Amino acid sequence: MSAPAPALAPPSGGSPRRKAGLGPRQKAERREAIALVIPALLPIIVFSMIPLLAGVYLGFTNATLARNAEIEFTGFDNFVQLAGDEQFWDSFGIGLVWAGSVAALTGISAIALALLLNSKLRFKSLTRIIVLIPWAMPPVVTGILWRMIYDVNSGPLNAALSWFGIDKVNWLGDFSTALPAVIVVGIWSGLPQTTVLLLAGMQSIPGELHEAAALDGANAARRFWHVTLPGLAPVLIAITSIDFIWNFNDFGIVYVLTEGGPGGQTMIPPLFTYLEAFRNREIGYASAMGDVLVLAILLILSIYLVNQFRQNKEGR
Amino acid sequence: MNTNMKTPLPVTVLQYLALGGFLLFLGFPVLWIVSASFKSSAELNSLSANLIPNEWVFTNFTTALERQNLLTSAGNSFLVAVSTMVIAVIVTLPMSYALARLRGKLRAAGTVWILATQVFPQILIIIPLFLVLRTLMLNDTLLGLILVYVTFTLPFTLWMMQGYVAAVPRELEDAGSMDGASRFKVLVHIVFPLLRPGLMATAMFTFVSAWNEFFLALVLLQSPELFTLPITLRAFLGAEGQTQLGPLAAGAVLATIPSLIVFSFLQKKLTGGMLAGAVKG
Repeated sequence: MSAPAPALAPPSGGSPRRKAGLGPRQKAERREAIALVIPALLPIIVFSMIPLLAGVYLGFTNATLARNAEIEFTGFDNFVQLAGDEQFWDSFGIGLVWAGSVAALTGISAIALALLLNSKLRFKSLTRIIVLIPWAMPPVVTGILWRMIYDVNSGPLNAALSWFGIDKVNWLGDFSTALPAVIVVGIWSGLPQTTVLLLAGMQSIPGELHEAAALDGANAARRFWHVTLPGLAPVLIAITSIDFIWNFNDFGIVYVLTEGGPGGQTMIPPLFTYLEAFRNREIGYASAMGDVLVLAILLILSIYLVNQFRQNKEGR
Repeated sequence: MNTNMKTPLPVTVLQYLALGGFLLFLGFPVLWIVSASFKSSAELNSLSANLIPNEWVFTNFTTALERQNLLTSAGNSFLVAVSTMVIAVIVTLPMSYALARLRGKLRAAGTVWILATQVFPQILIIIPLFLVLRTLMLNDTLLGLILVYVTFTLPFTLWMMQGYVAAVPRELEDAGSMDGASRFKVLVHIVFPLLRPGLMATAMFTFVSAWNEFFLALVLLQSPELFTLPITLRAFLGAEGQTQLGPLAAGAVLATIPSLIVFSFLQKKLTGGMLAGAVKG
């Protein structure tokens, strides 16, 4: 992000920069900039940056929630302990499956739904209204609503299955169905936003491209593959990766649905960390988990960014 | 688009089937909870998949509002959401201008920070945040929650607003300053009025975020009389078997209405803002 070195700058590129001795005008501009930025910067520093840095640091301490306990720096002790904590690594794996499945399946379904909404079918305005509701719904309400749907005795899902003679399933309470059931809810709540964004992306692809391809004799499938998908790719990749990170870091819906149960089958890392911090009161250890999660995300992100960079280089 | 192309009939049938599947998947759960809010408790506990209640009951709503301090929580949520909205707008406006107009290090730092907040799990921030609020004597207060909400919506609002600022032609500002008006006057009289539509969208977005937010409120509020709506609704769930499904459904339906209203106004603008960020950001 640094400015280009002066020697590399084009000779006529703007006024030369002077390091020392700002003129009165630059000074006034600097004061203006500070005045514009302070109201937002103050809360950012107090409630976001300091907690962020402190959170990273707490991972290297033995902090607890007890009021007068002294916080001691313990180096990598927490991380050594964490390396052998099977429960944490189990939850890490569950978190990857959860966030990965939700992001991938949401992306695929959203493409399909956006294509349908972009076609000449009827009922599109009805679909648009319905798409709006899950998007606006508070996550807690989403959790409550799906608990009712999945309920063993009074839920409509089991009632519908009983018409086909299928026995009751305890969707959120059974070891084998809990995680898939939670993933379905994740898709349900993320699908609307992804679809609407993809739809907007599709509509920004120039229609002439489709017409030209059609004139060349390309059928619908080929046009989708060669025109729509490449045009959509930047939006799709950006949304899917943000979706993955959000789901990996958040636990609201899972907390309301299962609280991590049954037997830890849906215990995703942020939920595990939350319980460690506020039920077991082990702040230092919980923060170390948070540190590991950040590292993991940064690692995944950097692999992705390096790939993007390479593709850009090869492609152009 | 492709106006001269005829879609073969089987494809059309498949398309309608797929659309129907999506409608069922997205719409049925919503219809179910609305219908549950009008069902009697006897009907709710029986294994029947009636979408239309046998007997329409309205007591769930009155029970929910009367008994389970839902109204207090709704009041808290409203206060928090409106305050967050007002403060966020006041704070976002000048900084988004700075981000859009003053290039260089500030912009780079702002972008990095916005990205960082998306990558860090809130759980890592919440623990020290809890301690910071305790130090400032703001723990377990609505003011503390409001300030935290303002801060946490800033990445998105700044991102959105700076796009709107960038769309204002610089020439308008230059013309203003040629006439001898100060930068401040130019901002207040020329730039800010042009930003009104974007500002409305940003304001409504912060309202919905604060209204729907669950996790930060869960950790930062301890006194039941301060609980926001999501926290109280979550508490409705209670122990297995004790849950009163009817009032719970009624409460959930009521909690969705405000953000649904705001969202229906907001949808188009929000999409535009997010898309601009995703592609150009």
